[in-house]
Amino acid sequence: MLSSPFITRPLSVDRIMLRVLYALVPGIALYVWYFGPAILVSIALAVTAALATEALMLKLRDRPLRPFLSDYSALLTGCLIALSIPPLAPWWLPVIGSAFAIAVAKHLYGGLGSNPFNPAMIGYAVLIISFPHEMTHWLSPQGVGQSVLSLGQQLHYIFTSALPAGMQLDALTMSTPLDTLKTQLHLGMTVSDIRDLPIYGRLAGKGSEMVAAGFALGGLYLLVARIIPWQLPLAFLGTLFALSGVFNLIDPTHYAPPLFHWFSGAAMIGAFFILTDPITSPTTARGRIIFGIGAGLLTFLIRTYGGFPDGVAFATILMNMCVPLIDTWTQPRIFGKKKEDKR
Amino acid sequence: MIRLHRFHGGIHPPTHKAESTRTPIMSAPLPAQLTIPFRQHAGEAAKPVVQVGERVLKGQLIGEPVGAISSSIHAPTSGTITAIDLQQIAHPSALPDLCATLVPDGLDEWGVRQTLSYRQLSSDELQKHLRRSGIVGLGGAVFPSDMKLRHPIVVDTLVINGAECEPYITCDDMLMRERAEAIVRGIEILRHALGTDAVLIGIEDNKPQAISAMQRAVDDSSHPFKVIAVPTVYPGGSAKHLIKVLTGVEVPSGKLPTDVGVQCYNVATAYAVHRAVEHGETLVSRVVTVTGNVEQPRNYEALIGTPFSDLVALSIPKADTNRYIMGGPMMGVELPAVNVPLVKASNCVIAASDALFPPPPAAMPCIRCTRCAQVCPVELQPQDLYWFAQSHNFGKAQEYDLFDCIECGACAYVCPSSIPLVQYYRYAKSEIRARDHEKRAADLARERHEFRQFRIEREKQEKAERLAQKERAAAAAKAAAEAAAAIPTPLEPNADAEDTQQMRIDAALARAKEQAATAHPRNTEALTPEQRAEIEAIEVRRAHIHSLAADAGADDEPPKNSQGN
Repeated sequence: MLSSPFITRPLSVDRIMLRVLYALVPGIALYVWYFGPAILVSIALAVTAALATEALMLKLRDRPLRPFLSDYSALLTGCLIALSIPPLAPWWLPVIGSAFAIAVAKHLYGGLGSNPFNPAMIGYAVLIISFPHEMTHWLSPQGVGQSVLSLGQQLHYIFTSALPAGMQLDALTMSTPLDTLKTQLHLGMTVSDIRDLPIYGRLAGKGSEMVAAGFALGGLYLLVARIIPWQLPLAFLGTLFALSGVFNLIDPTHYAPPLFHWFSGAAMIGAFFILTDPITSPTTARGRIIFGIGAGLLTFLIRTYGGFPDGVAFATILMNMCVPLIDTWTQPRIFGKKKEDKR
Repeated sequence: MIRLHRFHGGIHPPTHKAESTRTPIMSAPLPAQLTIPFRQHAGEAAKPVVQVGERVLKGQLIGEPVGAISSSIHAPTSGTITAIDLQQIAHPSALPDLCATLVPDGLDEWGVRQTLSYRQLSSDELQKHLRRSGIVGLGGAVFPSDMKLRHPIVVDTLVINGAECEPYITCDDMLMRERAEAIVRGIEILRHALGTDAVLIGIEDNKPQAISAMQRAVDDSSHPFKVIAVPTVYPGGSAKHLIKVLTGVEVPSGKLPTDVGVQCYNVATAYAVHRAVEHGETLVSRVVTVTGNVEQPRNYEALIGTPFSDLVALSIPKADTNRYIMGGPMMGVELPAVNVPLVKASNCVIAASDALFPPPPAAMPCIRCTRCAQVCPVELQPQDLYWFAQSHNFGKAQEYDLFDCIECGACAYVCPSSIPLVQYYRYAKSEIRARDHEKRAADLARERHEFRQFRIEREKQEKAERLAQKERAAAAAKAAAEAAAAIPTPLEPNADAEDTQQMRIDAALARAKEQAATAHPRNTEALTPEQRAEIEAIEVRRAHIHSLAADAGADDEPPKNSQGN
């Protein structure tokens, strides 16, 4: 016998995940536009590996395959990993990243809903620590690099690591705009000199700034559709803006301006697609603000003073750790109880 | 116009109210047989006061209240009581309860109807009358209405609940449309009894006809009542939430509305109060919505005890109907059988089919999306409560205010993982209650045990004290006797007393010795020579072992087996 309520009208988990995937489309489209179709190969590899690992783990854990494979969560994890690694990476890079994310960061913690850390970011962290060299070969935007690969050549390189005769990898790839900024600042250049380099566009890296804008657009859709809470992206981007703004005002020759931070690296995809993972972020409104501020602060610190080019992944993982504490601290007042009545 | 307030959360499910409001309230025909449960209200069940075979008149008392929180049960029509026994009732447990079976004689003949002039009545007299008339809250909680007048704290606002927030239910809506004047008269009686000034009648704004009917009735009555359209949001008809919306006051957790000077009655209860006071009619019928998967959704005025199957048959259920729900789709209960009787709490019966209410898909894991927290009208964290309930962490669930949950079902309505959240909360609540009960029993048992231990110990001590006292007395007596032997006593009159004293002491001494022999030796003074010899032997052995150990250069303790024999 069923019990009340007898009616439900939920937006189911799979439809939520699907909308998040839709929201990635503008960013991915712009990625292809500026950097060529290699990213699609990368996504396909990561997604395949993610789904295969998901199926394997479900089988090992004796869980039903169909409902969990069709909830699109593994698909989303695969996409996010592919989007955070260089598109021209050898085929095993997205595969290892996805497999680790799904097997270890997700299923060993209990599967969907039980993982304390964002699986995609764990996958990324494992790759950047284990394979730092392969993780630096970012494609130059079209028109910036000295040579361009066709799709066939890209595929060939991804699977065999062999370039067409006479081509050098360095001529095709570059380090990320954030990485370049850090390296050149170390070499004594000023921010404005660095930003005159050909890889930079109006706000940040040429091409990549537009991809970031695409993710921001998708993120705004998620906000409007109420798929993600507004507190997380607002607190994160606000903190990043405020901190970089203050430093930039004090010393514009050594600190990049706020919009540069916003449209570089994983700031936008992080703000709207990674920090907002409900499983690994706080459940209370105030908690989300604290979480976003913390992630913004850590991202800025890692970018400015840390050893890694971008800080979003590590900031996310570090803040993921604080979620239980934040949730406990920020329990809201309930109906008919004063604040001081609480625990 | 008064300023309305808001409460957190809430949902907007499709209301499905139009279907059952197209036709006026219909009087249901007299059924062939009525089954009247003696427990139709919160509190103690009523006690039967009629015999099997007795003829009763309509409105006649057949069950009288027992204890403070209880109410009266009446014969809904004239006829013969054919049985008083356990029958299946409208409870999901399907457990039977004590019911009277009444076969109507078709005359529908009223017994004595005692009308009252409420203006001359004290609140006390009115309370007695409502209790005699079996008036209980008809919004669903069926709390005895007289108890709600019996509160020591001054009530300054009377809130009348016409919100009817649950989907499908329209009995209050139709009652307000058709019998607004009678409702207003009932409200005035309650207002008079409570001695309040402000009366706020809250009706959700999806019932414009009810609002205008009530407004007209209030205008005609020239009472200064305010009819207020409140926003349609589920669960806006929860008394505490309606009070918040109308007055801005939050009834504190675990308290009653009267603690903040507000009392709340449902419109149907106000109507019943009017009938009871000004027409002398005890509560023997109510308006009930029959809707859902039926050809003719409608409201019926039906006698208490009418089988639901009779009412449903009047509305003609569609072929694929496979179950019936009493109450609304959000908080109602599935009927164990459709022939169970209508009770005072029955505001609606919904014919359900799998097409109308599809069974939910299999539950997925919680993804902490907090859509439940966003709609919770109590601002709980349902995702945390679920986590604690499913991991049997009941203490934590209680700490996170599980018992403030009103089980409105808004969380389950929006859950993307289709988790039956309310079931988890009900389960956790019942487990906690059961454990509290067990704990109380265990505490009691432990207290008893501890007291027993304490008593045994105390008795031992007392015995020892008595013994010591006797020994002291014996020693003193001995000394006195020796002294008396040494110096012949000059006090002749005391000699007798001395003698008897001495005899008593001797007797006590003998008893004490006897007891001491059976009791445990408490110190080394009362040892037998054999025991002393044994102890000496042990000491010698111990000294020997110590010397051996010292010779061997070992400074540790002697081996275990050489000790303690």
